[in-house]
Amino acid sequence: MERFINTILIGISGGSIYGLMALALVLVWRSTRVVNFAQAGQAILSTYIGYVVISHTNNYWLAFPVAVISGALIGALVDILLIRIMVKRAHQGPVAAIAPVIATLGLLGLIRAVVGLIWGGDLRQFKLPVTNHGFTFGHTTIPFAPINLLIVVITFLVMLIFALIFQRTNLGLALRASAYQPEIARLSGIRVDLTRTIGWAFAGSAGAIAGILVTPTNYLAPNSLDLLLVSGFVAAVIGGLESLVGAAVGGLILGIGLAFVLEYVSSSLAFPAAFMVLIAVLLVKPAGLIGSKRSRNA
Amino acid sequence: MLRKNGGRNQLRANLIFIAIGIVLFLVSNRVDELRVYQGATVAVYVVAISSIILLTGYSGQISLGHGALMAVGGYAAVLSRNDWHAPVWLSFVVAVLAAALFGAILGVAAGRLSGPYLAGTTLALAVGLPSLANQFSVLGGEQGLNYDVGQPPLSLGQDFTQYHWYFWIAGLAALVMTWLVHNVLGSRYGRNWRAARSNPTAAALAGIHIGRSKILAFTISAGIAGLAGALLAMTLSLVTPSAFPLALSFAIVTGAVLAGVTLLTGSIVGAVVLVAIPELTDALATHLGGSERVTANLPGLMMSALLIVSVLFFPNGPRLFRR
Amino acid sequence: MSGLVITNLEVNHGAIRAVRNLSFTVESGQLAAVIGANGAGKTTLLRALSGLKHVHAGNATWHETSIINKKPENLVRSGIVHVSDGKAVIPELSVKENLALSGIWRKDKKDVARATTEVLDLFPILAARLSQSADSLSGGERQMLAIGRALIARPSLLLLDEPSLGLAPLIIEQIFSAINSLRHTYDLTVLLVEQNATSALQIADIGIIINLGELVTVGPSHSLLNDPALRAAYLGY
Ligand SMILES: Nc1ncnc2c1ncn2[C@@H]1O[C@H](COP(=O)(O)OP(=O)(O)OP(=O)(O)O)[C@@H](O)[C@H]1O
Ligand SMILES: [Mg+2]
Repeated sequence: MERFINTILIGISGGSIYGLMALALVLVWRSTRVVNFAQAGQAILSTYIGYVVISHTNNYWLAFPVAVISGALIGALVDILLIRIMVKRAHQGPVAAIAPVIATLGLLGLIRAVVGLIWGGDLRQFKLPVTNHGFTFGHTTIPFAPINLLIVVITFLVMLIFALIFQRTNLGLALRASAYQPEIARLSGIRVDLTRTIGWAFAGSAGAIAGILVTPTNYLAPNSLDLLLVSGFVAAVIGGLESLVGAAVGGLILGIGLAFVLEYVSSSLAFPAAFMVLIAVLLVKPAGLIGSKRSRNA
Repeated sequence: MLRKNGGRNQLRANLIFIAIGIVLFLVSNRVDELRVYQGATVAVYVVAISSIILLTGYSGQISLGHGALMAVGGYAAVLSRNDWHAPVWLSFVVAVLAAALFGAILGVAAGRLSGPYLAGTTLALAVGLPSLANQFSVLGGEQGLNYDVGQPPLSLGQDFTQYHWYFWIAGLAALVMTWLVHNVLGSRYGRNWRAARSNPTAAALAGIHIGRSKILAFTISAGIAGLAGALLAMTLSLVTPSAFPLALSFAIVTGAVLAGVTLLTGSIVGAVVLVAIPELTDALATHLGGSERVTANLPGLMMSALLIVSVLFFPNGPRLFRR
Repeated sequence: MSGLVITNLEVNHGAIRAVRNLSFTVESGQLAAVIGANGAGKTTLLRALSGLKHVHAGNATWHETSIINKKPENLVRSGIVHVSDGKAVIPELSVKENLALSGIWRKDKKDVARATTEVLDLFPILAARLSQSADSLSGGERQMLAIGRALIARPSLLLLDEPSLGLAPLIIEQIFSAINSLRHTYDLTVLLVEQNATSALQIADIGIIINLGELVTVGPSHSLLNDPALRAAYLGY
């Protein structure tokens, strides 16, 4: 029983991170109809910027906002410099449909190379904001540690803020309208291009938060968030790729599921398990478990 | 009109393939070892890129995970050779079959997916599958497994080196594979793929089974990637998880995009560029002072920049190679 | 000259020349019905005027200011509002949110509230459904919502694309009488694209008949209604 609860706790902590990454992917997908594979690159660049702040000030809580703001700026820049051109140049021919995906892939490679050029490829330790030594109750120490609690709490707050922005503010309304029906939004006087850039900035900051939260429990390297990109994608697909709530729930489902596989089956099966979940969801319930009406073949 | 010229075009294409083979043979005897090794790598890329051309340019599906399929082929070739003592050619066949089988399973899912889902699923494969090998001792873990295709036959002469031998095998395999792909693309299947890609509704009405057609394309493409994986293992003399990094999957997509995605002859151009970029950036890095950081990242930088530029500005290949 | 002045307008869809050498004038405060068969270029004309479509040649001015090849959102903000065809609502949003869309960029929030009340008075059925999703509305209700949203932007030039499309006669009558009363209350200039020629001409001041992208005739609507040749050729009876 104790082991069961511990596994769930660890799963929630891991799933929070997946959910944040999924949120970043969903935000961009909704506004631009592109799965932004460069998200891992944008997040790692933001995390490295946070790392620079830490190495100068030794203060995680200064690095955190810096990374988040950098993430937002990077996201906005990517939209302005790459995606706008991409959207404007209406392509035809065999590559047309997949050109945006390939472009984000190229961007992932580009950012990784730039990060490698600046900081090198070696693995770096990242300062822990709070201890990763598990909570102790009497004589037992559980695997769930203050750092995990911090991850869960911050993720919860971030999701709450996003939910409030999206549901309660004019900006959120503009973001949703521009995502669903850009033309009608335009004809209602909304600056859709600007709104989309803001969406990319939000996505960038969500990815950056995922990066700077998960890195202290792991290590920092130019490719250290690649697996997170995949998990985030799986979580987003579980959640239906369209829905912000779905992203959060998808993250939790995947996180808890993987925690159980790791704990009760084998630690080497995490990736195949995640991959199987992805294939199974896509085949059995293509609209996601928390599905929307839109078709997967759109 | 197409039909009437078909025979003559076919003959011409065959002659071109033979001519390329002869030229390569003559050139390989006149250049140094490094160039021969690079030639072998070009051949590997030609095979890998043509698998993407078939999949993306003709069937309209995307795969960011062909590096993983190459890994399947590479490991299958090595295991069949090491464990069953299969002859080299047979180990190649095993590689093709194993990767094709894997691709068929994937293709069943892929046939029902499109765009972002397919891209994400195959990307997941590229990220995760090779590292899976670390966890199974039969696959040799991090160190990988050796792959020995044997010495070149003595009849080829004393100074016929191992790399020449690799080049011959890879070059021949690439030539045969390109010829096969060329024929498949010109066949009924190729036409069906194109029809299904450009107008699925019309194609379905014309009696083409879209789903099946996509799965077939994915299977064939995976098989070709499997061969590329076996050839890569041969040139490296071993398979390791790190031989099939994410960057490999990206590189072959880049090569295909550079090649214009629809033209098979473009695969040679794409492959040469893929081999030339590290060479050029190495020279550039040395020139710049050659820190390890620069050498390690300049190729990725160039390659990604090239990919972005070409997909933004020449989405259907540089005008140069367009018919 | 004030009002909407269109001179030698040319709009292409690739090789298709959808609007050719089109010129006409709509005086400020007039309601102009644009009549033409399917494919005549009516929608293309409206899309060009609202900035959704690139204009290749010619000009269109509204109160002496050129409005072609501008950003749609800026045109909306300067009072040119286009209600596109096919019940232009966002089904994923609630009725209230659909209405709120054209208010969020406006500075005068008091007037937004006033405009919203006016719209809900004009179409009381929307008031009862504010929190429902627009997806749940009937075709007629969606059209009312689309027009209502346009009104909240406080337009001076309203471009309506086939508001009667697919609606029952009773509802059509309701929509048309709403349009007719609106333009008097708000002193609107209206360009009303319609297949439903007779009903449109009955509330219009002038009629503009186009065919294959070109102007056939423009004139007072009652004279168009009474011209037997035109009736046979373009009004279909
Ligand atoms: N997006 C497009 N791409 C290519 N051609 C188009 C496009 N939209 C319209 N056309 C063509 O332009 C011409 C005018 O079309 P338009 O939609 O403006 O006509 P319409 O008068 O609104 O017709 P309807 O009464 O059917 O709505 C037609 O020949 C049509 O086929
Ligand atoms: Mg129309």
